[in-house]
Amino acid sequence: MSRVFISRDMASVALGADEVARAFADAGCAVVRTGSRGLFSIEPLVEVEMDEGRIGFGPVGPDDVAAVLDGSHAARLGKMEDLPFFAGQQRFTFARCGVIDPLSLDDYAVLGGWVGLEVARAQAPQKVVDAVKASGLRGRGGAGFPTGIKWQTVLDAPAGDKYIVCNADEGDSGTFADRMLMEGDPYCLIEGMAIAAHAVGAGYGYIYIRSEYPYCIATMRAAIEASAHIVAPFVLEVREGAGAYVCGEETALLDSIEGKRGQVRAKPPLPALKGLFGQPTVINNVLSLAAVPFILAEGAEAYAAVGFGRSRGTMPVQLAGNVRHGGLYEIGFGITLGELVHDIGGGTASGRPVRAVQVGGPLGAYFPPSMFHLPFDYEAFAQAGGLIGHAGITVFDDSVDMAHMARFAMEFCAAESCGKCTPCRIGSTRGVEIMDRIIGARESASSVRAEPVEAHAGPSTDSGRTGEGYLNRALYSRAPDRINVSIEAQTNLLRDLADTMKYGSLCALGGFTPYPVLSALDYFPEDFGADAPVKEAAE
Amino acid sequence: MMEEFIGAWTARHGTTRDGLLPLLHAMQEEGGYIDDAWVPAIAKALNLSRADVHGVITFYHDFRRMPPGRHVVKLCRAESCQARGGAAIEQAAAQRLGVAMGAVRADGQVALEPVYCLGLCAVGPNALVDGRPVARIDAAALERIALEVAA
Repeated sequence: MSRVFISRDMASVALGADEVARAFADAGCAVVRTGSRGLFSIEPLVEVEMDEGRIGFGPVGPDDVAAVLDGSHAARLGKMEDLPFFAGQQRFTFARCGVIDPLSLDDYAVLGGWVGLEVARAQAPQKVVDAVKASGLRGRGGAGFPTGIKWQTVLDAPAGDKYIVCNADEGDSGTFADRMLMEGDPYCLIEGMAIAAHAVGAGYGYIYIRSEYPYCIATMRAAIEASAHIVAPFVLEVREGAGAYVCGEETALLDSIEGKRGQVRAKPPLPALKGLFGQPTVINNVLSLAAVPFILAEGAEAYAAVGFGRSRGTMPVQLAGNVRHGGLYEIGFGITLGELVHDIGGGTASGRPVRAVQVGGPLGAYFPPSMFHLPFDYEAFAQAGGLIGHAGITVFDDSVDMAHMARFAMEFCAAESCGKCTPCRIGSTRGVEIMDRIIGARESASSVRAEPVEAHAGPSTDSGRTGEGYLNRALYSRAPDRINVSIEAQTNLLRDLADTMKYGSLCALGGFTPYPVLSALDYFPEDFGADAPVKEAAE
Repeated sequence: MMEEFIGAWTARHGTTRDGLLPLLHAMQEEGGYIDDAWVPAIAKALNLSRADVHGVITFYHDFRRMPPGRHVVKLCRAESCQARGGAAIEQAAAQRLGVAMGAVRADGQVALEPVYCLGLCAVGPNALVDGRPVARIDAAALERIALEVAA
């Protein structure tokens, strides 16, 4: 009887892995359901245990059972670790993902599981915090704040109750590393949280998972139950989100766990001092917490030895969108954007030229191929007017309309704004209106090339028409016929609005929505009806 | 009937306010949606104001205040799916299923709901059809979905 390994990751299931697994089980095979290896162009993937090791075949369908089992199938890939996509990776955090049965405690322990927790528990809490500091680990949720400093603040806070909260509200399009880890190696996250609990003196932990990830929620709940005796006295609980993107913002997430509307809190006080239920709270992203077992088990130096500048360790990069070989690629910081998109991702899935990539989700900047020399590094991206975020890279081919993408960024912000601050709540809706005017003016300009769009006078010059006085001016200042709808005027207005949102919003939702909008405008002005690239001093 | 459900739930999970979201999830799982008429009972059980409960229900996209369609197709509208032709599939889905995005078809058979990212971003356009993930949606896949939800 052959032993075969087939992923039960949500993406693999969406591609038909359940049907394939059933066919192999019906053929008498012992089917082990694993997490995903992380390369989706070869899924559904089947690995067969043979004399020479685990030999992969993919993509395969339910009808391919016989050809796979006798080794004659055309999609024979050999050993996974020999494929270029996997051979080039440095899998610190995702070492076990796709290899083991996610819920098998034996599998986890055999491949180095719980070593980090043992090492941590044999040390004083301060030593553990020192190790995390020495590793250089920075928050993988996007902000890049040093994890060790955050832990130190919570450790130093005098309080009876402290909490560990894992932010698993992975709402950014183009990112799926949190989901893959929780579905493929849930004990790794649990171990990381238990180490954090020991380090700061917390007794209870929450994992806040978005409701769009039902497989994750089920796997994490089962894993928490199975490992409760190992992490005790630390207790863990999964909380399910309810479709609000803004709950990925840490203070909104805390309010959501408390049973409230997921609205952003003003900082200070920091969550590290007054977090969940007003108590000192470590709130970290899934990948930050999941990196910790490696750091404790292998040593902070081993982690810090990899990386680029002040970005130490590895980043699980996610290649998404219109890309040929999409998936998860864990590698030390410093690899360039171009290497990721072309060499590893293989360019677009459609075969057309790459026109833009969005890095860091809906709040990340759009970059043209001329920026592909950028190294993957927090500081390098910030300097270029973008952000790494959660390291999702969404690839677009040359059919993309960047004005529509800029409009979508504003539309998404309007749909997801928590409503607490005005620049985000109102600004996003005004942003959609401005983009509609730009797109409208662009389209009428291209159909009637000769006649430029008529520029109406601004509100200040014809205030007499609708009556004098402040009230009248205020009432009629937004009347459609008094808005200068020329592309130039609207573009200036858009920049002005972006400035207000960037500096006036309470959190990153309103504050970072200008990144995709302005980068689209700066790098792809031709989509906004401008002839030549706009010369703007990059800030 | 919902009073009984709420009573049984709070007996097991307690009446602290942080139970509100789990309770709302459980009620929607049970009844398909959260009727405005149930708000007073929820408020009373957790010792909150009705306005507070209403505010929470209406804040989160997941909670429905009207009965859903018999089948629910959640189609991803986010960037990675758009990069793979999601906008065209969205139009085609609305046309083939006979229902606008964000609406329930008049006969109550199917609802088309937007979702912003299912985390399957390398294999889009993606959807959840009655909770089952479907990837790489093209015209043929859409036809299979349409037949599935017609049943």
